[in-house]
Order: sequence, then C-alpha cells, then structure tokens
Amino acid sequence: MRLLNRPIDGLAGRLSRHRRRPLAGLLVLLLGLLVTGSLYAAFAPAQAGRAETDAEQVAKGRELFLVGCAFCHGQNGEGILSSRDGNIIGPTLVGVGAAAVDFQVGTGRMPMAQPGAQVQKKAPVYTEEEVAALAAYVASLGVGPAIPDESDYSIEGLSDAEREEAIVRGGQIFLTNCTACHNFEGSGGAMPRGGYAPKIRGVEPRYIYEAMLTGPQGMDNFSNGNLSPEEKRDVIAYLQSLEDQPDYAGFGLGGLGPVSEGLAAWLVGIGACVGFAYWIAAHTTRTSKSKVEA
Amino acid sequence: MSGHDDSLPAVPEGDEPIPNPGLPPHEWRPTDIDPRLEKRAERQVATLFGVATIALIGFFVSYFVFQIGDEWDTIGSLGASNLMLGGTLGIAFLCIGVGLIHWARKLMVDEEMVEIRHPASSSDEDRATTVGLVMQGVDDSGIGRRPLVRNSLLGALGLVGLAPIVMLRDLGPLPGDKLYHTIWEPGMRVVRDVVGTPIKVSDLQIGDLVNCEPEAIFALGDDGHRLIEGVDLQIAKSKGAVILLRMEPDDITPWAGRENWSVQGIVCYSKICTHVGCPISLNERTTHHLLCPCHQSTFDLADNGKVIFGPAARHLPQLPIEVDDEGYLVAQSDFTEPVGPSFWERDNTEREDAERDQAELEEAE
Repeated sequence: MRLLNRPIDGLAGRLSRHRRRPLAGLLVLLLGLLVTGSLYAAFAPAQAGRAETDAEQVAKGRELFLVGCAFCHGQNGEGILSSRDGNIIGPTLVGVGAAAVDFQVGTGRMPMAQPGAQVQKKAPVYTEEEVAALAAYVASLGVGPAIPDESDYSIEGLSDAEREEAIVRGGQIFLTNCTACHNFEGSGGAMPRGGYAPKIRGVEPRYIYEAMLTGPQGMDNFSNGNLSPEEKRDVIAYLQSLEDQPDYAGFGLGGLGPVSEGLAAWLVGIGACVGFAYWIAAHTTRTSKSKVEA
Repeated sequence: MSGHDDSLPAVPEGDEPIPNPGLPPHEWRPTDIDPRLEKRAERQVATLFGVATIALIGFFVSYFVFQIGDEWDTIGSLGASNLMLGGTLGIAFLCIGVGLIHWARKLMVDEEMVEIRHPASSSDEDRATTVGLVMQGVDDSGIGRRPLVRNSLLGALGLVGLAPIVMLRDLGPLPGDKLYHTIWEPGMRVVRDVVGTPIKVSDLQIGDLVNCEPEAIFALGDDGHRLIEGVDLQIAKSKGAVILLRMEPDDITPWAGRENWSVQGIVCYSKICTHVGCPISLNERTTHHLLCPCHQSTFDLADNGKVIFGPAARHLPQLPIEVDDEGYLVAQSDFTEPVGPSFWERDNTEREDAERDQAELEEAE
C-alpha cells in the first residue's frame, strides 16, 4: 500500500489515485471481462466455438436427408436393398464420410435422376450450405474421409523447383494409375456395360481429390494409404498443368487419341481425295455442235 | 443343243457375230468449239498458277517474317510460322495440281484413239533362233559332258542359298525358359509403381486398387545407381507389373490350392493381359471386373482372374502374396505360370480353364 501511495508521475499514478472512486470497480470488472473474452476467442480450440453450429448443421442436414435422400438410402443412411432380387437400391452411407457427400451432391450426381449404367453429372440441386449440412449429417453417421482443405491440394506454397517436381511426379502417378480409364490427358473413356469414366479436365481440384478418396460409382479408391496426400496433390497439379499447355499440333480433337484423329483423317482427308478423284474422272460437258473446220 | 443348230442364222466365216459398230462420232467440248470459252479456260488455268505463285511468294515472306520462337502459339495455338508456311505451301501445291488437271480436261487434245492389240509372244522364227543359241551355249560349255563340274557348281550354289538362312540366327538367342519366369521371388516386396514405397495391409481400404511393381526394380546398389538398368529394367518391369486390389474377403472364391494366396481380401494379379499383352488396370470396384482396353477381354479378380468376356483364352496369372516380419506385403513365390500372351511351347492352360468352367456349370445344374 505504501508503494502505491507514493506519488507517481504518469498514467499509473493517476489511475492509482482514482482507484477508490465508486465507478472504478465497475470499470475494472468490464475491462477484465473484455480481456478474458478476447483472449478466449484468440486461443480457444476452434471446435469449441463451432460446437453449437455443428449440431445445428447436422440437424439441418438430417432434415434435408429425410426429404431428399432417405427414400433410397434409408432413414438413417443404412441403405436399402430391393426386396425382389437383393440388388442395392441405395448403398449404405455409414462411413462414406463428408467427402463422398460433397462430391456426389456438389457435382449434382446425387440426388440421382434415374437409375442406369452411370449416374450423370448435372447442375447441383442443393446450395453450398445445404451440401455442407448434408455432409455434416452423413459424416456424423460413421467415420469417413472429411472434405479436403484447399491446402491439401494446392501447390501455392511450393517453390518453382518443387512445383515442377510435383507436376512431373504427379504426371507419372497419373499415367500409372488414372490413364487406363480417364485417358492420358483426362478426357475420359468408355467402361463396360454402358458406363464411362468421366472427363476430369476442368473439374474443380476439390472434387478430383474427393473422387480419389472415396471412389465414386465403379471407380477404385485411392485412399491416403494407397496414394499419399502429397501424391494426390501432385496428380492434381499435373492435371492443372495440362490446362496451361497449348495443343502444339493445332486441333486437339477432344484429346481422345486414335479414335477422333482416325475419324478426322478418314472422313476429311480421304474424303477430300475421293472428291478430287471424282472430279478428275468426271465427264466434261460435251456439245452437240461440231467443229467448224478452218 | 445340236438340234437347234439348223435354226440359227448362218455366221459368216471369219466375221464377228455382231458387226463392229465402230466409234461413235466425236463429241466436242465447248472449249473446242467456242474460242471465247477456250480463252476463259485458259485464263482460269493461268489464274490458278498465278495464285500458286502468290502463295509461294507468301511462303518466302512468312519464312522471314514469322519466327517460331516468339509466335509458336499464336493463331489458335497453331503457331504463326507453322500455319503460314504450311498454309501457303499447301495452297500453292493445290493450285498447281488443280490448274494442271483443269488444263488437261479443258484445253489439251481430246480425241479418242484406237490401238489394236498384238500378240505378246515373239515370232516363231525368233524363238527358234533363241532356243538354238541357248542349246549351242550349253553344248559349248560342255556342262552335260562334265558331271563333276556340274555337281560341284550345284553344291556351291546350294550353300550360297543357305548362307542368309544361317544369318537369321542373329535375330537373337532362343528364349530358353525366360518366358516362364519373372523377377518375382519369395519374400520380394510388392511396392507402388513410380514411387517404389512398400505397402502394409492397413494402408489399403476395401476398394483400393494399387498399381505395383516388384521391389527389385527400384533396388539401388552401394554406389546409388539402380541395380537393374536399361533393357533389363524394361523387361523386368513389363513382366513383373502387378495390380493389388482389396475387396471383401468373402467375395473371393479361390480355386483349390489358392486359398492362402490372398491377405485379408488383398489379391495380386499380373497386369499383363493374357490375350496379346496389353497392360490392364481398368477395374470396376463394384464388380471386381478388370477390363483390357485393347480388345475388351474382361477378367473376374474375385474369381481367380477368370476370363468372363472377350478374346483372351487364359485366366490372368495370380501372384501369391503374404505379409513379411515388418508387416509389408511380399510375394510368396514367382508366378506359378507364364505371364502375358500365349506362345508356341506353352502348356495348355486354356483347356484346363475350359474344363473347369464346364465342371462349374455342371455343378450349378
């Protein structure tokens, strides 16, 4: 106390002199609350702050699910088998994770318009918030891959040399694992019984990453134990590097390889040759007049 | 038929059954008759040649004006230099060609000519002379009278014919038993292709497909260089390539003797199609059907790689796998049968496959 009573110049001294005023206690209380609150907001674990909104999101997702998905996937996402032949009407969603929902619903494949050899990509039915709610609900059904963060597939943070290395490695991984179905430049291709591997050029990196994680439809999984997250990132980096490459030889013809190129050569090239041959051999117009001998 | 002979009109001796009508009167082209049209065609041909000349001048100009280095992706990513050089030269050739044909069709002489065919053989007199000369040559050489000379010549000529056949041996040594073996051996790890990392059972989820290679092709010597290089590396890679697939263990229906070839639902098959040897990894997760993109052969990986569609006659060879002390997937042995397409000396597994299919069918009935 003696120390505090000692006359001190400056702010501390003035505050100290006023500390017994009636409003001082209130002011200190407010200040304390403010500092505690700010510090908590700054350092508290992120989940704790979102806990309530997560629960809300799951609840909202469940409502959407019951209206839009439960008919095929069951009211608790347990999946439904046809009673006639035991075929799957809708597979179980327990354990498919948020990534699968984000891919299927975000690209418009789900809800499915009609059963068939292949579920078509179309304009998404749900808004982004609704997709997030659905994903949160399905993720709550069982442990599964989460929606990847942009930092998982971006090569922004890498140096130029590292980027080049990533693209080269990604290219080799792509040519080994993906080309068989998706074509050497990602143009897609045919699969048995009317299915097809879709074109993956121009698809958002997030969806490519999710497709590798979850193996939609007939596609194999490339889980993180199969292709590590860095290897997935490299594959995406390679695909994006393809976008920057011009077609050196002119027309790409869809990048489908010998099919479209052969078609063009046969129809256009040989067609033109046949046309010329026809013109060369065609009879010239003749006249009924006879030549006047000079 | 002979009864009708009398009713036929008599054919004059040495004459055609139908009188030769001769050539129809020549029909002239408009350009032959009308000098105006002739002039016009002449101008057309000259114009075509003129366009070709202009295009060629354009070719020389664009050679000097457009640089490949800076303009390789201009004009619809075709590259200004490429497009202009190719385009002008193409136009020039086209115009010269069309001009020549137009000239021939409209202006060059257009009269039918008849040339009567004559016998292809020489006259009897010439032939007799030639035969006489040859016989005289045979007599003069005395080949008939000196059998020693004749026979030694025949022997020498026969060996000359044999010489190129002997050189065919340089096409390569006989394969021996190389076609029956790959680089796989007991305990060799199955590693991911490209990156060469070994695989644990826990790495794979159900539905995972991994394109793999034998660890030996990534092995480094003490000096940091690959132990297998060059052609040997290519051969080892192409014969040893495998795919690893994890499925529900209950889905697998192994043949007798193959019960322990898989590890917790993980099966390993050769990646080389048994039809003509294309690499295959078009797998459908939901059906475990592996499709070859070349000729649509389809193999069921849950059922011992059995052919279920397409021209392949043999099942896909399976690599028996197990887990080593450190928990990584390794081969139990080499493939138990040759990988890849059929070859002449190979055992007859396609007959075994067919018999097995037949037995399965009968069992089902």
